[in-house]
Amino acid sequence: MTVDPQDRVTPASTAPAGSADRASGGDPVSAAGWVDAPPRMGFFTDTSVCIGCKACEVACKEWNGVPTSGLDLLGMSYDNTGALTADSWRHVAFVEQPRPAGQHPASAGSAEFLGMPAAGPPGRTGSAQGRSDFRWLMMSDVCKHCTRAGCLDVCPTGALFRTEFGTVVVQEDICNGCGYCVSACPYGVIDRRAGDGRVWKCTLCYDRIGAGGTPACAQACPTESIQYGPLDELRERAATRVATLHERGESQARLYGHDPDDGVGGDGAFFLLLDEPEVYGLPPDPQVSTRDLPRMWRRAGLAALAMTAAAVGAFLGGRR
Amino acid sequence: MANADVIVIQGSNMAEAHPVGFGWVMEAKRRGAKVFHVDPRFTRTSAVADAYLPIRAGTDIALLGGVVNHILANELDFREYVLAYTNAATIVSDDFVDAEDADGLFSGFDAATGSYVQDSWQYAGHERDSGSGHTADERDTAAGLRHESHGAPVAGQTDRDETLRHPRCVYQILKRHFARYTPEMVERVCGLPREKFLELARAWTENSGRERTGCLIYSVGWTQHTVGVQYIRTGAIIQLLLGNVGRPGGGVLALRGHASIQGSTDIPTLFNLLPGYLPMPHHAQHPDFDAWVDSIRHPGQKGFWGNARAYAVSLLKAYWGDAATPDNDFCYGYLPRLTGDHGTYQQVLDMIDGKIKGYFLLGQNPAVGSAHGRAQRLGMANLDWLVVRDLFMIESATFWQRGPEVATGEIVPEQCRTEIFFLPAASHVEKEGTFTQTQRLLQWREKAVDPPGDARSELWFFYHLGHRLREKLAGSALRRDRALLELTWDYPTHGPHAEPDAEAVLREINGYDTSTGRPLSAFTEARDDGTTAVGCWIYTGVYADGVNQAARRRPGHEQDWVAAEWGWAWPANRRLLYNRASADPQGRPWSERKRYVWWDEQAGRWTGHDVPDFEVTKPPSYRPAAGATGPAALAGDDPFIMQSDGKGWLYAPSGVLDGPLPTHYEPAESPVRNPLYGQQANPTRKMYPHPVNSTNPSPPQENSQVFPYVFTVSRLTEHHTAGGMSRTVAPLAELQPEMFVEVSPELAALAGLTQLGWAHLVSARAVIEARVLVTDRLTPLRVDGRVIHQLWLPYHFGFEGLVTGDSANDLFGITLDPNVLIQESKIGTCDVRPGRRPTGGALRDLVEDYRTRAGVVPGTTPPAVTPGGPEAAAEPGDGEGNR
Repeated sequence: MTVDPQDRVTPASTAPAGSADRASGGDPVSAAGWVDAPPRMGFFTDTSVCIGCKACEVACKEWNGVPTSGLDLLGMSYDNTGALTADSWRHVAFVEQPRPAGQHPASAGSAEFLGMPAAGPPGRTGSAQGRSDFRWLMMSDVCKHCTRAGCLDVCPTGALFRTEFGTVVVQEDICNGCGYCVSACPYGVIDRRAGDGRVWKCTLCYDRIGAGGTPACAQACPTESIQYGPLDELRERAATRVATLHERGESQARLYGHDPDDGVGGDGAFFLLLDEPEVYGLPPDPQVSTRDLPRMWRRAGLAALAMTAAAVGAFLGGRR
Repeated sequence: MANADVIVIQGSNMAEAHPVGFGWVMEAKRRGAKVFHVDPRFTRTSAVADAYLPIRAGTDIALLGGVVNHILANELDFREYVLAYTNAATIVSDDFVDAEDADGLFSGFDAATGSYVQDSWQYAGHERDSGSGHTADERDTAAGLRHESHGAPVAGQTDRDETLRHPRCVYQILKRHFARYTPEMVERVCGLPREKFLELARAWTENSGRERTGCLIYSVGWTQHTVGVQYIRTGAIIQLLLGNVGRPGGGVLALRGHASIQGSTDIPTLFNLLPGYLPMPHHAQHPDFDAWVDSIRHPGQKGFWGNARAYAVSLLKAYWGDAATPDNDFCYGYLPRLTGDHGTYQQVLDMIDGKIKGYFLLGQNPAVGSAHGRAQRLGMANLDWLVVRDLFMIESATFWQRGPEVATGEIVPEQCRTEIFFLPAASHVEKEGTFTQTQRLLQWREKAVDPPGDARSELWFFYHLGHRLREKLAGSALRRDRALLELTWDYPTHGPHAEPDAEAVLREINGYDTSTGRPLSAFTEARDDGTTAVGCWIYTGVYADGVNQAARRRPGHEQDWVAAEWGWAWPANRRLLYNRASADPQGRPWSERKRYVWWDEQAGRWTGHDVPDFEVTKPPSYRPAAGATGPAALAGDDPFIMQSDGKGWLYAPSGVLDGPLPTHYEPAESPVRNPLYGQQANPTRKMYPHPVNSTNPSPPQENSQVFPYVFTVSRLTEHHTAGGMSRTVAPLAELQPEMFVEVSPELAALAGLTQLGWAHLVSARAVIEARVLVTDRLTPLRVDGRVIHQLWLPYHFGFEGLVTGDSANDLFGITLDPNVLIQESKIGTCDVRPGRRPTGGALRDLVEDYRTRAGVVPGTTPPAVTPGGPEAAAEPGDGEGNR
């Protein structure tokens, strides 16, 4: 069976999965057609208490039966997972930085560090005596479960759907492996599994939370770096935490993905970071890839009409 | 821990090796505590600490001694606590000569045995009546271990100077001893900038006293040294001086390596202890029951060990039941006897020498996890039989077929004489029982699933092995078989495999009345007349009222913050030891903020958030009558009730074999000459002159530059110890898939190493290879005018499993701490070269080449007392030099 993607993403579509036409933020759950839904649930990942133990990665793989992602030593600090993929639904990033712990970069007197690979090893500033102190950032990354989810918008089969908890889940028995969602994700999260072809990603443990449980990663986290709960509560908690860190001089602490007015309408899984998002490999200003689709289709429609009119005109003119 | 205002983590990579417990450090940090991490390497613990202090491996006493000096020089001690609760005011014998005055040796050193005669270390007037004397036998049998639950003996009545001005009072001796441990000296020895050191010293002292407390956390980064026990002593001295013992948010917290390692010392898998820290009898020192008991209870002395006879009798009743009677000394004669050093390293050398026929290995993988892996494997290859019980086919079961010695031709599979029996074991989720964790908390664990196939629990294995042995011996008339045949061996069993009932074992450990079978509620109910049987006296109460108290699971939000109804802690469900010290001498809380246990004048008893660690109706004003002994001799303000003088020991007149005070010695292998003393390394360290063993030279020996670098090993959070439970499991193995070595960018440049390239490391024992990770988490240190490079390796890898690699522990030789016979496996010296190691015979040739260049002769040991170092301080003790 073939499916015409245009049927699903045109502005006129009434498919409940669609969200690109809504205003930023908002309630994706009722927009998806759910009635009397529970509160929207999500993750708040506080990287300031992450110890990089990777218990989240292991718990996720164990619970969800995710296959191994390879036995390669990557040499990227302690990260041997590499990225979020179809075979890694949680990924702990490790960033080695030459910045004194708890100090603003300006006061450290070092050039602005963007986390980009450099020619030399990270943190090196000269001789043994003159070396700076050091900072090692860790962050457990995961699917953001966007309010405006590009993957969901472009899925032609309905394999991707919005759950009653506001999360975005792939149904493995429906996915046909077309891969449209892969290029639609502004974070590069969703991914096709080699040898299988279908896409796989974090479900926010739909099976566990549906039974009143906690997602495996949050359950396993020993320092409460990964917190699971109603999104509204998590946002409040996160705001308090940032304020506390600012009071303690951690001026670089900031939230990421918490803002319902950002380019994806806010994330269902958002983060407290200790540096610029780019340092962790996150896009600074993510935009839902289907943002411009309505306008594009309108223009395409107009263009088609104009072309048709011109063609008709040409024929009519020719008869003259 | 969550109540601490400052947390100092040293000798532990807590976030990686104890991530669950580390949640409490993060909780303390959330509440505003400042966290310091001192380590040779910037780890995941350092990453979330407020301050990280790099240190040269093996110099922790110098740094901690610097803190002691900072406290004493500036009079920052918690004086009221120190005066009342420690032995600061006690006067020490005139005969005592400090290591400060003898270039690194204390008085009483006996060069012939490498051990001390402790008479001159005693309190004044007690030079002869202390329980100590010559310590050569204690050193051989790691007798210091028995002090894990109680102090060493000293006489009760001591001379004191409450003004702390007497030149021979402990306070003044301590002050003189550490006077040279200045911030400058710390910088010189440890390679730690003095500003960094002072930041730590200030935070520690400012967060101590009436209103505030600090806690100190260590693990095997401290213990696995030739001076490991003294590291901990130094930490304890600081905590006592600052009043951080027996109070919430205080303490010296030992993190145990994995589940129930605490349990395996309480109910020991050690050669020299019986359950509850009763010593294993020594054939010469404890010829009969009374001699054995008196060596524990020290007649005439203060403290709770006065009741040792009841604990000893009750243990023998648990072992031999009705056969144990007062007439036969409760079968004391059936207990095995020590004849000397039966520690794991001595045993391995004995295996190589053909003195040991068979070996059981349970939950241990010495081919990877123990120091000097080649010696371990050669030893196990020279047995009649070897039983390995494990979850997976580990290196210790396959070394004869696939080990590195097969590649070098040292073990030929067809000729290896050891017959190996591999028996699959049930994992912790496939059997029931208890775990005893770091906080002495017993937690009962239910069986979740049946073990697969032939896998069985340890309990099943030993129970049925015992039955089969008894069947084979049935009818034997030999006296030597009586011990086994008369053992009580009657646990009820259930299920298709006749699994013994683990709760029945717990009930026996708890103890019961032998006539009624009633479970005991407290160890004070134990009797010395044979009417009680107790498997482990310190655990009495875990089965009080016939209820499995360890299985209690009342959630934290349903009880107060001490959470006394979660599991059960020994002793007596007490969560914080010596908590009498949380109140002032008059019994009032030191402050509202740190209120914990206090004297209720109206009720006439001790009360508080925890079970008081004191006789509940003994008032703070109680003073013992002259001549009182046992618990009655403890005053109402003696909080350290298991110590024979009721005091916390700043100075240890006995019980610690390598000195009454900690002293900085260099590790057995070091590229640095000891900057503080002529004595280079611990003079009492245990060395083994065996052809398989060797030690890299250290200054002032020649050729130490052949092994110019310092290496240290430890764990990654992704793997578990010797890797048997993690390299075999895909979701863990893939997280750290290959053996690697971490080097600083400076060392990489110096040695020609490249990121993700290969390197090989050479010691006088072995050569191993690893991939290179170049990282700023390691930094060269400037030590005494020169640059010292340190390397780090994980010790998880071996040749079996999904991910494999060379074993870091192969690099180490065998040199032990004298107190507890733990190996120095946190530091050694090596050379590092780019590229892969040679294989086959060329591998041993490379090691041989290094040995020749370094002048290392296998089978010889470096001198215990450094030549050209301390002079004439060594003298034979009491003519017993040849013991």
